[in-house]
Amino acid sequence: MKAIEIKNLTKRYKDVVAVNDLNLDIEKGELFALLGVNGAGKTTTIKMLSCLIKATSGDAFLMEKSIKTHTNAVKSIIGISPQETAVAQGLSVRENLELICGIYGFSKDKTKKKIEELTEEFGLNEVLNKRPSKLSGGWQRRLSIALALIGEPEILFLDEPTLGLDVIARSELWDTIRSLKGKVTIILTTHYMEEAESLSDRIGVMKQGRLIALGTAEELKKKTGAEKFEEAFVTLVKEASK
Amino acid sequence: MRILTFAKRTLKEMLRDPLTLMFGLGFPAVLILLLSAIQANIPVSLFEIHNLVPGMTVFGLSFMTLFSATLISKDRETAFLTRLYATPMKALDFILGYTLPILPIALAQAAFCFVVGIILGMKLTLNILYSILFVIPIALFFIGLGLLFGSILNQKQVGGICGAALTNLTAWLSGIWFDLELVGGAFKKIADLLPFRHAVEIEQMVYAGDYSELISHLLWVIGYALVSIILAVILFTKQMKKG
Repeated sequence: MKAIEIKNLTKRYKDVVAVNDLNLDIEKGELFALLGVNGAGKTTTIKMLSCLIKATSGDAFLMEKSIKTHTNAVKSIIGISPQETAVAQGLSVRENLELICGIYGFSKDKTKKKIEELTEEFGLNEVLNKRPSKLSGGWQRRLSIALALIGEPEILFLDEPTLGLDVIARSELWDTIRSLKGKVTIILTTHYMEEAESLSDRIGVMKQGRLIALGTAEELKKKTGAEKFEEAFVTLVKEASK
Repeated sequence: MRILTFAKRTLKEMLRDPLTLMFGLGFPAVLILLLSAIQANIPVSLFEIHNLVPGMTVFGLSFMTLFSATLISKDRETAFLTRLYATPMKALDFILGYTLPILPIALAQAAFCFVVGIILGMKLTLNILYSILFVIPIALFFIGLGLLFGSILNQKQVGGICGAALTNLTAWLSGIWFDLELVGGAFKKIADLLPFRHAVEIEQMVYAGDYSELISHLLWVIGYALVSIILAVILFTKQMKKG
């Protein structure tokens, strides 16, 4: 079953076309990586799919719900972890979790249960009473993803989840993301080739708002004759410029 | 339910910020004490306690704009609002969630100014309670401005415009520090056209139990409060649509 069906999706800002006639299907339970250099249109695509900005033309269907006509229904089935940490800095980790539970209208019991569940899943126990500003980047990103999962989304958007993290924190976060595979459809944007290769089922490469390549890491390497995925990516981007 | 949840968060964040306590409660109280000490040595009618405390109450309210604008601007810059925009929260949930918790802070601040005034010899009458209640439309004006500036400015700009410019504007054009009648001319005309002076007049009149010209001053303040809130709602909603 398709979790996401994107049809001719376009976003134009005056003279700039940020996303240009994007067509893409993502299967339920898939971990899909959107890869591209700066300004490729990855974040704009995620923002349109999560109903944060309106598409100029085209449409997308998330679990068969249109981002144009069923905004509220779409919002009820998605979770988003933006590029920035995106947490309430003056609240503790526990209070941040409670806040989002409250926004989704959870009862006291459900809130308690959900916090226990996420604390266990993300190993948040030791930082529950700390404020996010006192946490390392890795812990903040873990919290960010935990917050995105509170609404029990069917589709999770992770925008550059490991940006700026050190090698260890990144590796730990990869484990966290892997643990979510299959439970929820994940769309991940990243700059890091090894992240896309290691985590995703399929990869879409974007350049200047267009999807220039689509397939598994192996398929893309075969297509370009490259040994390493990074070489394949560079070749694809360079070829698209010709 | 969502409004309440979000309002609780706004209240917690504000009360945990030392700036709120320092400028919200401490600064107006220090000014009352300082100007009362000056008044004791060099009597100036403007700084008599029954004029001073209502004036400082209005001046203190200008910090509500700074507090609310800073929080909203920070939420935008850290993408916390982006996260919340992708939840089922509606524009009204955000607007009321940001504004409602500031109202009790404004009332507490006004009450604190009057408590300091009572300690310094202000008469304890029922009019003090009315004066505190009449803070509501004035506070709404300043809170509306906070929502408006928080929706369009970054944190640094908020510090400059709300922290420096607005507080100075409130101080100069409200007649707290000097008699506007004595300055006269264009300065007084501008002061008459803005809500700050009228806000101080409301507070002073209600404390004095003189309601003869209250309505005209009240209409100025309510008018400005409505304009600031309507503009704030339009700009906030516009920002929300931009994602």
